[in-house]
Amino acid sequence: MEAPIRAREILGFTLLSLLFFVCRSSPSHNLLISNAERRIDLSSHIVKVYLTLKVENAGSTPTSEILLAFPPTQVDHLATVEALVTKGKRKKTTIVHLDVKPTELPDAPNETKYFTIYLANPLNSGESTTLEVLYLFTHSLEPFPAEIGQSESQLVFYRDSALILSPYHIKQQTTFLKAPSTKVESFTRVEPTNRAGTEMKYGPYEDRPSYSFSPILIHFENNSPFPVVEELVREVEISHWGNLQVTEQYTLVHGGARHKGVFSRVDYQSRPSLNGVSSLRYLLARLPPRVHSVYYRDEIGNISSSHLRTDSRKSELEIEPRYPLFGGWKATFLIGYGLPLQDFLFESSDDRRYLNFTFGCPLLDTVVDKLTVKVVLPEGSKDPSAVVPFPVEQHFETKYSYLDVVGRTVVVMEKKNLVPVHNSHFQVYYTFKPMFMLAEPLMLTTAFFLFFVACVAYLHIDLSIRK
Amino acid sequence: MSAKESSNAALRYLNTGNTLQHAFGDVLSYFILLLIGILAFSIRIFSVIKYESVIHEFDPYFNYRVTQFLTKKGIYEFWNWFDDRTWYPLGRVIGGTVYPGLTLTAGSIWWLLNSLNIPLSVETACVFTAPIFSALASWATYLLTKEVKGAGAGLTAAFLLAMVPSYISRSVAGSYDNEAVAIFALIFTFGLYIKTLNTGSLFYATLNSLAYFYMVCSWGGYTFIINLIPMHVLLCVITGRYSSRLYIAYAPLVVLGTLLAASVPVVGFNAVMTSEHFASFLVFIIIQVVAFVYYIKGILSPKMFKVAVTLVVSVGLAVCCAVVAVLIALVASSPTKGWSGRSLSLLDPTYASKYIPIIASVSEHQPPTWPSYFMDINVLAFLVPAGIIACFLPLSDASSFVVLYIATSAYFSGVMVRLMLVLAPAACSTSGIALSEAFDVFTRSIKFQLPGVSKAEIDVGETSSAIAEEQNVAGKTEKPEETSKDRPSRKKKKEREHEEKPTKAKAEKKRLLALPLVATVVSLLLLVFLGAFYVLHCVWAAAEAYSAPSVVLSYRAHGRLHVFDDFREAYAWLRHNTDVNDKVASWWDYGYQTTAMANRTVIVDNNTWNNTHIATVGTAMSSPERAAWDIFHSLDVKYVFVIFGGLIGYPSDDINKFLWMVRIGGGVFPHIKEADYLKDGSYRIDSQATPTMLNCLMYKLSYYRFVETDGKAYDKVRRTEIGKKYFKLTHFEEVFTTHHWMVRIYKLKPPKNMIRGKTKKSKPKTSSRSSSRSGTKKKNPWH
Repeated sequence: MEAPIRAREILGFTLLSLLFFVCRSSPSHNLLISNAERRIDLSSHIVKVYLTLKVENAGSTPTSEILLAFPPTQVDHLATVEALVTKGKRKKTTIVHLDVKPTELPDAPNETKYFTIYLANPLNSGESTTLEVLYLFTHSLEPFPAEIGQSESQLVFYRDSALILSPYHIKQQTTFLKAPSTKVESFTRVEPTNRAGTEMKYGPYEDRPSYSFSPILIHFENNSPFPVVEELVREVEISHWGNLQVTEQYTLVHGGARHKGVFSRVDYQSRPSLNGVSSLRYLLARLPPRVHSVYYRDEIGNISSSHLRTDSRKSELEIEPRYPLFGGWKATFLIGYGLPLQDFLFESSDDRRYLNFTFGCPLLDTVVDKLTVKVVLPEGSKDPSAVVPFPVEQHFETKYSYLDVVGRTVVVMEKKNLVPVHNSHFQVYYTFKPMFMLAEPLMLTTAFFLFFVACVAYLHIDLSIRK
Repeated sequence: MSAKESSNAALRYLNTGNTLQHAFGDVLSYFILLLIGILAFSIRIFSVIKYESVIHEFDPYFNYRVTQFLTKKGIYEFWNWFDDRTWYPLGRVIGGTVYPGLTLTAGSIWWLLNSLNIPLSVETACVFTAPIFSALASWATYLLTKEVKGAGAGLTAAFLLAMVPSYISRSVAGSYDNEAVAIFALIFTFGLYIKTLNTGSLFYATLNSLAYFYMVCSWGGYTFIINLIPMHVLLCVITGRYSSRLYIAYAPLVVLGTLLAASVPVVGFNAVMTSEHFASFLVFIIIQVVAFVYYIKGILSPKMFKVAVTLVVSVGLAVCCAVVAVLIALVASSPTKGWSGRSLSLLDPTYASKYIPIIASVSEHQPPTWPSYFMDINVLAFLVPAGIIACFLPLSDASSFVVLYIATSAYFSGVMVRLMLVLAPAACSTSGIALSEAFDVFTRSIKFQLPGVSKAEIDVGETSSAIAEEQNVAGKTEKPEETSKDRPSRKKKKEREHEEKPTKAKAEKKRLLALPLVATVVSLLLLVFLGAFYVLHCVWAAAEAYSAPSVVLSYRAHGRLHVFDDFREAYAWLRHNTDVNDKVASWWDYGYQTTAMANRTVIVDNNTWNNTHIATVGTAMSSPERAAWDIFHSLDVKYVFVIFGGLIGYPSDDINKFLWMVRIGGGVFPHIKEADYLKDGSYRIDSQATPTMLNCLMYKLSYYRFVETDGKAYDKVRRTEIGKKYFKLTHFEEVFTTHHWMVRIYKLKPPKNMIRGKTKKSKPKTSSRSSSRSGTKKKNPWH
């Protein structure tokens, strides 16, 4: 019951705001979008939006900044925004990635949030360019009904606008929505609207002023499991004796429609195609090649249901949780593995060392709500600094491990709301003198030596009071 | 001159040679001890290598949880710990009811390692505590046996103990139980007692009390020590072996030991109040009197002494009678005569099965079968009699102690299979003595038989060995002459005892009493063969029989390893998918595991301190659904789980334990009658079963929708089709069943959703049942 009411509220609210937008005078920008095409992929629980914009500079001054606008409800779920421009013609096309940064505008209507795309070359007056923008939303599919039984399939809502929210005037625009299956319960019509199989087409709409908004709601079946890692702590420990030890602690939850009522094993086992279709049975983790000593366990011991396949390019670890995860069920587990150090540790030109490792979660097709990456540098390393391709929170910690005296520096990086796109490389630079490698063996040797000296001394000293 | 000098030099050389030999012997025996320690440790980590580093069985999970609490919250919080996650709604005072020795030991190991920045987890420390302590225990055995019969016997005994299967069964890596450290403490206490007895040193007496204190901290079995040592003291006094050394060995132990024991919260005033400790105080008084008498005897002339004795005896007897009468009255006034249930069931093996079904229901409290002796102590069972005889030749204070120890522990092991563990060190010690004496005899006779050896050398060898012998026996009461006189007869007896062929000592070699060379060699070979068999058996037992962690089952079929990890699957499910304050009911066997692995509040657990509470759960399990729901609901239970092995053939499931639930439940709530569940005296669940059986909660929860798996509902454990195949649950709903159906979790339906019509409809069909149900309602203790 609650969901439709909320939906209606939002609808009313957005309609009001729409009126408000329409009444406002158009912004002071002199850019306009001559053609926009948006493709929204709803097949998994990560919503992918491909936006193709043809931007035209109708003003007199060259500009190199283009704004993207998002309603505040979407910004919270926005995982990443990427923009690129294709140059050249036909076979000689090159792709240029553009910088995208969140921007605050003082006169933002109705808490609209902005991202600015910085063009490589300023767009001169009268020129036009075509931009490709990709952005991903997480937690944007709302299960409805919110609770389902074991044999029911999972239906979800997706909310968006039929018109692209933009600070610019859009001459022509079309939106395509792709559902995972043909089972679409309902969708809002904003004429012209067509549906063909799994795809719904909104548009083309002509000459819409800036900040146009027309809310739509799609109710469709999505039976793919929604694996959400609520918290992931990755610890990468560098040992200069040749090993890189990675430990990953997961708190996994099925983010789909909550499981309701009984769980019957006999139904689940005998009719797997009808029962628990949206349950999460296994996960696939893509690990680096040459991985060794892989373990998979949780706080009460080893979990025996996992398979590792390795080849020269990648390793795939297939893991099954202890029990199939239905909507709302949780599980925690730990994956650990060792890697040869020479694949990941390099020397930079300024005589420093750097670790080159992937940032995100190795599980395929999962959303990570909160990720903490800890890089444990060897004892005695100095001046650590991390280079990450996207903004993260950083701080340093000290960890004491085997026989440490001064402790190891730990570079801690935290980021929220991650998707597989974030699996890019990051670097941690530091300086390290190889002498420190000998500290612990020498310490042990000394300790044993002193112990034997003490033994010898004890045997030769007469401690009795009376002779 | 020069000849003299050279002879002097030769003598010096001989002396240095002797000390060198001594030093070499010492180093060698220490080295062997070290190897034995490594052996003891490594034979026990089969479980980690074959399975995983995990806590085993049931009780260890509780100890592990306590250790976690200790390391997290510190020692003071630990003493004051009131655990509200078990025995709901009663709770349990853990700090005051747990033997803290094991927990403190593992906690200190963990703390020490972490303060050295070795970041091992608490679990790892717990898993490896038992193997470490078995190494220590084998060294303690060396100490004990060395004090009795010399270093050779000590080493042999230590070697035997390092791999005795009985002890391995309780101390493989992961078997984190009290016994793991307690056996070390037990042997060490005995060893120090013998050491004190041999040396008369107050230092060792104090150490002995401390070892006793550690034992009291670790295990309830400390009462064995505090009864055995007084028995031995009494034996020595009666046989006229009283000496000041005996006094020093005993008096400080009682005084210091009792004071220390009373400071352990779980023992407290029990150390002076209960009958288990009574013998020690009685013997304490006796030894005071004896000491006094010996003292008086020393000062007075024999005539005066006689007068004094008659005077004291007449007065003393009167006083003694009065005191004894008061004591007996006090003891007799308590219903159990001051003994705890477990001790009573030891003294009277039929006691538990008559009065306390909970003690009798535990499989390790059952009397052992003959094969279990062979399994657990193997060839030692045959060597023990030989060892006992060796102990009598000559009988010293120390060897009489070993004889007493083996005799009492053999009795106790016959009562409870669990106490085989106490027998094992005694068996190892006596077998060590037997083996070492036998080897001694054989190698000596080979030495004499060898043709190349000159007479002089033999003499030198003999004298030097005799000197060594003297040194060994130095502390004991026997004179060296006695020993040497005894030696031939001992050899003879040993031989008869041991070997198939009787000795045919040749007349001319009577002095040496050497055996024929062939016989010796054959006997030696046989002994080596016996030892090899023992080693093979122990390794097999450690690798195959005793290292499975019981929470994970696995078997090998078609070249693949199948793993049944259902217990942890269910516990993990409970841990992550139920509210943290939900109460979970199950039979008490799984209580410790549920609190430790699932972190949920349980109604009853393996610490069976409240019989009524367990009987309530047993009653609920044996009642029909509605009555069971009432009981569980009144206990605020949200989930109930049962262990079911019928699908895969796991025999120790709840259906097989069910009769104990009925018995324990019926012991407190008489409307549950065992006869109602038995058809003509036999327990069955097929179509011949009684309606009470087919309608009880345990049956329903175990077999709910079981028929849909194969269409016939064939139970692989009971090897039969079940009696009632199609039925519905009205008050419970299935919320989780593990992959192999071993754990089935049900949720109590909320009251408003119950289908009342169903139960009413079924009522007229079985009128006898409905009457019993109405009886249930009345007698439900929680209403």
